[in-house]
Amino acid sequence: MPRHKLIASESDGKDNEFSLYYVEVEENSQGGQEKQTTRDGKRRRERNGEVSRRRASEKRTTEVDTKRAEKKHEKRHKTARKEGEKHEKRQRRKNADEEEAEEESNKEKKNIKNERTKTLRRDDEKEKDVKKKRKKHVKNEEDNANSGKTKQKDCHDMPLKEKKKKRKKPETTSESESKSESDSAPESKDNQAVGVLGSLTPEELEKLKEAVDERKKLIATMRGKPWPMKKKLVVLRSSCVLQRQETLLIISFLYYSNCQKWMKFQRDFENFKTACIPWEMKIKEIESHFGSSVASYFIFLRWMYGINMILFGLTFGLVMVPEALMGKPYGSIPRKTVPREEEASAMNFAILWDFGGYAKYSVLFYGYYNSQRAIGWLKFRLPLSYFLVGVGTVAYSYMVVIRTMARNANEEGGGDDTSFNFSWKTFTSWDYLIGNPETADNKFASITTSFKEAIVEEQESRKDDNIHLTRFLRVLANFLVLCCLAGSGYLIYFVVRRSQKFALLGLENYGWWERNEVNMVMSLLGMFCPMLFDVISTLENYHPRVALQWQLGRIFALFLGNLYTFIIALMDAIQLKRAEEEIVKKNMTIWQANLYNGTVPDNSTAPPITVHPADIPRGPCWETMVGQEFVRLIISDTMTTYITLLIGDFLRAVLVRFLNNCWCWDLEYGFPSYSEFDVSGNVLGLIFNQGMIWMGAFYAPCLPALNLLRLHVSMYLQCWAVMCCNVPQERVFKASGSNNFYMAMLLVILFLSTLPAIYTIVSIPPSFDCGPFSGKTRMFDVIQETLESDFPAWFGKMFSYASNPGLVLPFLLLLVLAIYYLQSTSKTYKRVNMELKKKLQTQNEENKKKNKLAALKAANELEQARKAGEQRSSSSQHTQNSEPPVSSTHTTTRPPASRGHTSSGHLPGHPQQPQKNSHSNRR
Amino acid sequence: MRSDSQGDLRRTLSYFFLHCSLHGRYHELAPHLVPMDYTNDPDVKIPLALIVNMPELKENPFRNRIVESFSEDGQGNLSFNDFVDMFSVLSEMAPRELKAIFAFKIYVHSFRGYFNVDNYICNEDLEKTLNKLTKEELTPEEVNLVCEKAIEEADLDGDNKLSFADFENMISRAPDFLR
Repeated sequence: MPRHKLIASESDGKDNEFSLYYVEVEENSQGGQEKQTTRDGKRRRERNGEVSRRRASEKRTTEVDTKRAEKKHEKRHKTARKEGEKHEKRQRRKNADEEEAEEESNKEKKNIKNERTKTLRRDDEKEKDVKKKRKKHVKNEEDNANSGKTKQKDCHDMPLKEKKKKRKKPETTSESESKSESDSAPESKDNQAVGVLGSLTPEELEKLKEAVDERKKLIATMRGKPWPMKKKLVVLRSSCVLQRQETLLIISFLYYSNCQKWMKFQRDFENFKTACIPWEMKIKEIESHFGSSVASYFIFLRWMYGINMILFGLTFGLVMVPEALMGKPYGSIPRKTVPREEEASAMNFAILWDFGGYAKYSVLFYGYYNSQRAIGWLKFRLPLSYFLVGVGTVAYSYMVVIRTMARNANEEGGGDDTSFNFSWKTFTSWDYLIGNPETADNKFASITTSFKEAIVEEQESRKDDNIHLTRFLRVLANFLVLCCLAGSGYLIYFVVRRSQKFALLGLENYGWWERNEVNMVMSLLGMFCPMLFDVISTLENYHPRVALQWQLGRIFALFLGNLYTFIIALMDAIQLKRAEEEIVKKNMTIWQANLYNGTVPDNSTAPPITVHPADIPRGPCWETMVGQEFVRLIISDTMTTYITLLIGDFLRAVLVRFLNNCWCWDLEYGFPSYSEFDVSGNVLGLIFNQGMIWMGAFYAPCLPALNLLRLHVSMYLQCWAVMCCNVPQERVFKASGSNNFYMAMLLVILFLSTLPAIYTIVSIPPSFDCGPFSGKTRMFDVIQETLESDFPAWFGKMFSYASNPGLVLPFLLLLVLAIYYLQSTSKTYKRVNMELKKKLQTQNEENKKKNKLAALKAANELEQARKAGEQRSSSSQHTQNSEPPVSSTHTTTRPPASRGHTSSGHLPGHPQQPQKNSHSNRR
Repeated sequence: MRSDSQGDLRRTLSYFFLHCSLHGRYHELAPHLVPMDYTNDPDVKIPLALIVNMPELKENPFRNRIVESFSEDGQGNLSFNDFVDMFSVLSEMAPRELKAIFAFKIYVHSFRGYFNVDNYICNEDLEKTLNKLTKEELTPEEVNLVCEKAIEEADLDGDNKLSFADFENMISRAPDFLR
């Protein structure tokens, strides 16, 4: 681009703004229209001649012909004008700028009217350059009017860059002008003194600052323009008084320091925020390699971790710590002491591992807590706190689960705009900030996975098989699964009944199998039924996500049997313990009587005999037993999970990997291969585990802590296992909505697990000698007690009024009504939402269609215009050659074009065009 | 005296800025090719192979296309001006519209030289883009499906290729596109 070079070198020499501006403009006029200027005058003459000639010919023809010709003429002009409209606008803008320039340079003001009349004669006293400009402009307009071929040629001939420059120039120059207006004072002073930097007074410096501000604006607008930097520099330099280095300084300053710090800070803050989300990076990595279904399990795990954190905080902060700090110390009372007969083995690891011995008599379990109403200097109401925490954890869990479900449903209802799903994935999925090879690998994997997910969705939506066959197969599959479930349910029932019978007769008389029958049956069922379900589900041919949900639901139903047996066994155990307790109570009075009987004769006034708390007989404390059962269950469950993980996944992967070298078939792709991540099994394990926690947390305050530990470890362990020894599923699918399914199952489990807990709290009296509620007939009496002794009398009275059935029942009714109302409104909203969405979709499609039609029409018009232009040029040629055949050329050139239109461009809603076509067809 | 020192200061500052930020980077890429002194506007260009190895571009699947689309000759040789240009467009300060234009340039594989509305993203461009994005891990059928769907979604005028208007319309609604 030698011209640019010229400018650049010139600009170095001339710092005067005006001269630069003119150079720019000059360049403009030379660049764009150079070729035309030579032909300019000639064409003008030609055109004038043509018009006059045509007029003459038109006069000669008949009326119809005249009309037609006029119409044609008009049309031609119209199309030409349309095409040139933009151009003209530009020109007009340029005119305005020119005027400004003139004003600014104290030249004669130009008349707008004058400008618009497009007269060719120009005031000769104008400056030379201005004249040049105007000339160009006039010629341009003429070009516009002149239509077709020349113009198109003009457009094509003009180098792209020039075209663009012409378009953009006016804005920037106008800005530069406005800027220079503000700068006019120093300029006028320094006009001759070219070195602006030479000497600067404070005022000038101020002015310069202003100028810099203006320039900032200019740069901001310029930044949005798709020009090469070279051109930006030229423009910038031309509009700046400063030297080259300074323009560069400004550019670099603006680009790299002004907002960059803030942006960088924001970005860092975002990064920090992501880094604060626990395990976000791990989960993202897994998601990128294994798809969102596997990631959904980990997200669920993390969510569960959060819930357990809260539960742990509640129990630890409000129950365990106060008791440990302010309650009576270990060994002070019987319930806080290991009994004499257990003392010898209380520290054995096996016993401790089983949560017996010292572990049993500690804050970890219900039995350790004292029934003293207020403890410590804080007068902490421990029994009350214990009860409220128990209720609070359950209430909080309900709240959180339901809230999360509602939020997820919201997200689903809102839905993401999938109108550009694939194109967005193609064009915007790469993150240009990635610079780390590992991250890049992950990104590649995640993009591939997301594409695969989308492809699966698309294929599923396209699939249309034999609907009757699939339906039949699905019914069959469900029937089979139901049979399976019923069979296993009966088996469980049968086994449990049998074991109850055995228990009544005494387990000692039976062998190992009879004793462990229930457990064995349960684990065998748990092992084989899911496999069976998996096989059956291949019949159904569902979308993998739906299949996963079905699978989850079925295994869930199976596991409910597990829960049932467990609860039955627990209830039986409680009954046994309570029977034992009755006996102990009786023995207790006998023992006390014996104690006093033996000592009273010595000295009746002596202080009561102090018996070491370890020696005092005590009840079996069924609450602690229940807590222990739950803790053991959790521990064994955790162990099983980890061991299956290590053996089933890790060992298998190691074997496959290393035996593959010396094996007769391909182990990696053949039979054993690597394992896939079992989403359904893991999710169910997690859910049932949480159910256990909710059930047992009341009797073993340590359960949330244990669970927290378990979740923490399994997060790391499973993340590692997935990344190192699993392979992605064959069909990676998008897990949208799966999370809510998990939540729904969790809610069911929560409900099921709170039922027995509430039952035990409400209907079974607490043990007489252990736990915070000892000595009360029911556990919830603690509320009554608090109301009576800690609150003023009127409050208790009010409470008793409020709790009478006459008030509670209407209140419940009101609640039910409110729920009904809210539910129905939400349903209506949902329906409206769906309808609106549908409407929007159809609207979109319609718009698309309309756009397509419009594009077609535009293409037609363009063609028409081109044809017209061709015809025009040919006609002008003809008119030059000979006058008479004008009409004949019209007839020869016109019809083919219009026929083409009728075939392709018959548009509804555009009646003019068919009319036109019929016109030309008739010809 | 005072003003002189100011001028000096400014001049040194400007050099400092330039050399610290961009020109420094430019110089680093090819120390033997690029002079530090740019007062005489030497005509220096750095070939594509060197630029592609910058840490900013190294992991980018479209690196060759990016450099090519910014180079004036279309071969990927960048002069310093082109280089600054590239940085300014890729900077987070650049406006969306500008980014859209250059993104379009990058995705049209036959694109050389300056921006032109007559260019289209066609099926082959899409295929190339996809293969770069996924490291060719999709099967040809899958690629075809994706291309078909993408064009079907974004094409407004029914010509089975994406014009700039289609592209801009599509990309301006994308949630990932510069937030």
